[in-house]
Amino acid sequence: MSLSIRNLLAVLALTLVLGGCGGGSYVWGWYVLSPKLPKGQDNLLFLLSGVGYTVAVALCAIAISVVLGLLIALPTLSTNRYARAVSRTYVEILRSVPMLVMVLWVYYGLPVLFNVSPGVFTAGVIALALCDSAFEAEIFRAGIQSIDRGQREAADALGLSYVDKMRYIVLPQAIRRVLPPLGNQFVYMLKTSSLLSVIGLTELTRRANELIVTEYRPLEIYSFLVLEYLVLIMIASWLVRRLERRMAAADRQFQAKNNS
Amino acid sequence: MSLSATAPIMIDVRGVNKWFGDFHALKGVSLQVRSGEKVIVCGPSGSGKSTMIRCINRLEPHDEGHIFVEGIELTDEVRNLAAIRSEVGMVFQQFNLFPHMTVLDNLVLAPMRVRGSSRRDAEEQAMHYLTRVRIAEQAKKYPAQLSGGQQQRVAIARALCMKPKVLLFDEPTSALDPEMISEVLDVMVGLARDGMTMICVTHEMGFARQVADTMVFMDHGEIVEIAPTQDFFAAPKSERAKLFLSQILAH
Repeated sequence: MSLSIRNLLAVLALTLVLGGCGGGSYVWGWYVLSPKLPKGQDNLLFLLSGVGYTVAVALCAIAISVVLGLLIALPTLSTNRYARAVSRTYVEILRSVPMLVMVLWVYYGLPVLFNVSPGVFTAGVIALALCDSAFEAEIFRAGIQSIDRGQREAADALGLSYVDKMRYIVLPQAIRRVLPPLGNQFVYMLKTSSLLSVIGLTELTRRANELIVTEYRPLEIYSFLVLEYLVLIMIASWLVRRLERRMAAADRQFQAKNNS
Repeated sequence: MSLSATAPIMIDVRGVNKWFGDFHALKGVSLQVRSGEKVIVCGPSGSGKSTMIRCINRLEPHDEGHIFVEGIELTDEVRNLAAIRSEVGMVFQQFNLFPHMTVLDNLVLAPMRVRGSSRRDAEEQAMHYLTRVRIAEQAKKYPAQLSGGQQQRVAIARALCMKPKVLLFDEPTSALDPEMISEVLDVMVGLARDGMTMICVTHEMGFARQVADTMVFMDHGEIVEIAPTQDFFAAPKSERAKLFLSQILAH
């Protein structure tokens, strides 16, 4: 468990800096979040209740954006210029829309344009997935292009169809290579989901903002929010690293140089 | 290894031209290969040998002229192309085995997906060909765990599993350490004896003398000379072929 000691020290150091040795005349009011007081317990539970939406929205969005990104990246290898141009254009446009703008556009724009009103969760997932899909597409493109051309030629020479060539030869090798950046994107999604607080999704950041209105202790509550994200992302990175290690172990099996 | 002049023509290349940008890679190349014939293509590097055989299963599309495989013309039509590619096996200089699959899985993939064989039949057939290239005991290993010579023999077995009517070899021994060349050539000699139709780009002139019915000499994108093997080695007609042979046989 590499999660434990080093990371705990970091958390400890942060709380000390924020809590104890802060300079100036600010008087901390940690009582709002004190686990010893009934009020503090309620507040803590209220803040933590946002974690469900934060995680759910990030998971749904990444799942959709990975699929979208893969579909957009596939024409990269195509000999068809138009297919390549469509994929290129998609990436260029979606990559340049700021995430917050996309969130607002989807939430307030879709009802006007198409007469559908997605809930905040759905709108949030759509917006995050769309923005992220451009980056996923770039990751997959790099992965697919990194696979030696000879692999595709061998598949062609055996008479495999395009679908089989991608499914059995190119993608299994490409996906191993892009797992680390994909994991990175997931961590990024967890953080970016905080933008959905502006349309009212009751995730971590929204909960913090709501509590500040009643308790009027923004510094304590935002500091705790930082801590919440820190822990969440540590767990996510730890899972990603574990997955990478497992893939690397599988890789060693077939990349081991001949030792006979 | 005499070749019947009445055997049907398997591959018919007619007046093929190909350009890579401004570079004229193939200049009016024509070649007929009969069923059962062994053709060795030689020539200096950059002479278009590899490009020519890569055109025969359309890994490179040609720009002008016609290529027929068993009477079917190679075009962009997908159905023709898949049909031809499954009949024409190819062995690459760099082996191009699939590194994420075991040797056995490398061999059974195409028969199962293209021919629709059951896994059992495909594996049985794969073991048969692995035995033939004398490497059956490595079936469960991954390609990177094998030596270069073993990998190339697996690649040959993989091509054979599709039961191709023609095998194309693109410098199959050029990427190998010297001590591994003969184990691959031995397998190829065996295939030739069994009557496989082969077109092979190689610099191994001893091997060529041993198996080839026909020698093709290429230079600067042209076929300079096509001759029966004995005639070619005894007395090449063109000056360029003479020079090439004297250089390659000097050592």
